[in-house]
Amino acid sequence: MRLDVKKTYKLFIGGKFPRSESGHTYELTNPKGEFVANVVLASRKDARDAVVAARAAQSGWVGATAYNRGQVLYRIAEMLEGRREQFVAEIRELTGATEIQANKEVDAAIDSWVWHAGWSDKVDSVAGSMNPVAGPFFNISTNQPTGVVAAFAPQKSSLVGLVNTIAPIIVTGNSVVVVASESLPLSAITLTEVLATSDLPGGVVNVLTGKEKDLAPWLASHQDVNAVDIEGTSDPVDLEIRAAETLKRVIRPGAFSRSGSLGSLQHILAFMEVKTVWHPKGH
Amino acid sequence: MFEYAPAPESRALVTFQSSYGHFIGGKFTKPSNTYQTISPSTEQVLAEISTASAKDVDLAVKAARSAYEKVWSKLSGAERGKYLYRIARIIQERARELAIAETINNGKPIKETRDADIPLVAAWFFYYAGWADKLDYAGFGVNPKAHGVAAQVIPWNFPLMMLAWKIAPALAAGNTVVLKPAETTPLTALLFAEICQQAGLPDGVVNIITGFGQTGADLIAHKDVNKVAFTGSTGVGRLIAKQIAGTNKKVTLELGGKAANIVFDDAPLDQAVEGIINGIFFNQGHVCCAGSRLLVQESIQDELLKKLKRRMETLKLGDPLDKNTDIGAINSKAQLDKITKMVKIGVKEGGEAWAPNCEIPSKGFWYAPTVITGVAATNTVAREEIFGPVLSVLTFRTPAEAVAKANNTPFGLSAGIWSEKGSRILKVADQLNAGVIWANTFNQFDPASPFGGFKESGYGREGGRHGLLAYLKGDN
Repeated sequence: MRLDVKKTYKLFIGGKFPRSESGHTYELTNPKGEFVANVVLASRKDARDAVVAARAAQSGWVGATAYNRGQVLYRIAEMLEGRREQFVAEIRELTGATEIQANKEVDAAIDSWVWHAGWSDKVDSVAGSMNPVAGPFFNISTNQPTGVVAAFAPQKSSLVGLVNTIAPIIVTGNSVVVVASESLPLSAITLTEVLATSDLPGGVVNVLTGKEKDLAPWLASHQDVNAVDIEGTSDPVDLEIRAAETLKRVIRPGAFSRSGSLGSLQHILAFMEVKTVWHPKGH
Repeated sequence: MFEYAPAPESRALVTFQSSYGHFIGGKFTKPSNTYQTISPSTEQVLAEISTASAKDVDLAVKAARSAYEKVWSKLSGAERGKYLYRIARIIQERARELAIAETINNGKPIKETRDADIPLVAAWFFYYAGWADKLDYAGFGVNPKAHGVAAQVIPWNFPLMMLAWKIAPALAAGNTVVLKPAETTPLTALLFAEICQQAGLPDGVVNIITGFGQTGADLIAHKDVNKVAFTGSTGVGRLIAKQIAGTNKKVTLELGGKAANIVFDDAPLDQAVEGIINGIFFNQGHVCCAGSRLLVQESIQDELLKKLKRRMETLKLGDPLDKNTDIGAINSKAQLDKITKMVKIGVKEGGEAWAPNCEIPSKGFWYAPTVITGVAATNTVAREEIFGPVLSVLTFRTPAEAVAKANNTPFGLSAGIWSEKGSRILKVADQLNAGVIWANTFNQFDPASPFGGFKESGYGREGGRHGLLAYLKGDN
């Protein structure tokens, strides 16, 4: 009998797969209490490194054409489909879901990527405007990504909640540092392997595993983070107060549904800024 | 050069009562706990104004809640819209009176209140009146809902205009409001209460309470408020964002700015000079989106500054009611002290301050239009909002450097670009992190055009369809 080769689960920062600089891990068990893996316990230094990577990647990502971003998101859906079996196995291992249930979750995650991919070059057609001002001016409002977002994926979802957290952020050109569910991190880590092979520039999505409680206060008060999505956090009031110090945009828990294959345009727009440009019309 | 003869606007059109209570549930309360509001250009007392206690705040919120439940939420959008059209028309009818009242209480020149502030107030109500029965098209899908009671706190720099920006979309969307004007400029808001009465607006749909910061804090903290809208300093905005943490209150914040006004070497220089003047000296620079940081390409710095100084020498400072006045009074002694202190810091840190010779009236609060050259990006006057007629000048060599310097601020409200090259304007506009960008123009406002900032300049937009969204909710 052949001994199988197990995977070392690592972080995903700047397109690379580092271990924690702290060297800390935590033990992940299945519902029966059996050992599954040692998962990286990301430190606040890892969180800071991830913000640096996200900031560095953001200008290039927003500078890509919307068509290109849409294709990259669609490519993620393709890659996810191809690794369906692995996601199903990991979801079942950690949640005890049936094969049908696990497949349904993977279906929704794939379809959500496809749904979001299509928005990249339509957001401004729907949510921007040419404004009929009372004067000789060309006046146009467009939506621009807010920049770097720190997000906390829902704790009780393996994959679809995570996808519905990341996709509305990155589709328009934001970059993200996302903290995976503490008890259900395997799909997040495997998703990073999908992201790494989907032509997504390194640093656009950075995934941390570990304790939300340890990381959230640092990310919510980080001065180079523009918005925080505090869905999967345990002390949202404290985090909202911390975020207020730099007037970050805050997405409160429960603001948007994250369990289906359809997202919400309002969710996408929550990470965008309206920019209005005036120019005189004349000679 | 020709001298101008004085051309003062008559004050006869405006009568203030000697004292004012709060406007709650369609009636004025008995004046209580009063303070004096003055004219900053003469220091003359204009009226006694009441300070709202927490109990007054509660009464106002209750009146707004009751009006929301019993009347306003049951009206059709078309009927709500007709009230707003009525208000717009009455503002047009009483425009000159309102302009004079605003100039007296705020200190800003009559040419601005007459030609900008008050026309925009009427336009704002007219614009949002038309939205009231078209909310299905706002962007939240069919049948979006109002929040309920909106708490609105506004600043002193554009008193009635800020009121219009807040109240018009709120009512159009179906909310009722409690609004607190700034402590130094309550009078046009109180005149607006009379306009609501003249329009026959149902009692309690609009409530105006006066007072200081504590009144505003009590209002925003009130547990029966559903929506908070604030325009003012970033410092206070930060406090509000903390205060509402953990609540279901929806908030929009319109905060400070330190706008870069970027002049490239291919700019039409004479137009740019007018734009720079307008950008920083409009309303004595008491403008959150003022172009307070001039970024000029190094090769044209000398020529531009020469033209700018020559133009500044022609600015007329004095009686705000004089139709020829360009620069009126600073709104308060406190603001004057702040501006004076900031310029001293600017000079101490290495800047060189210059102002034209102009006669400063003996009474009132005044500050001559000032330009500070030789400013480094790290200097206080390049980083912090002065909120006065003071322009800091920095230079750059390449477009990339201009963008980097322009974005090197925690604020992100507005920016200006001056260039004859269209492709350059479009690219730079894309790269600037600011909510409003004026290219070859500055300080333009319109009810159809969204206004608001990135980063620490706040969140949410006012104006246009986007401004309406702040007062609605849909199913996500």
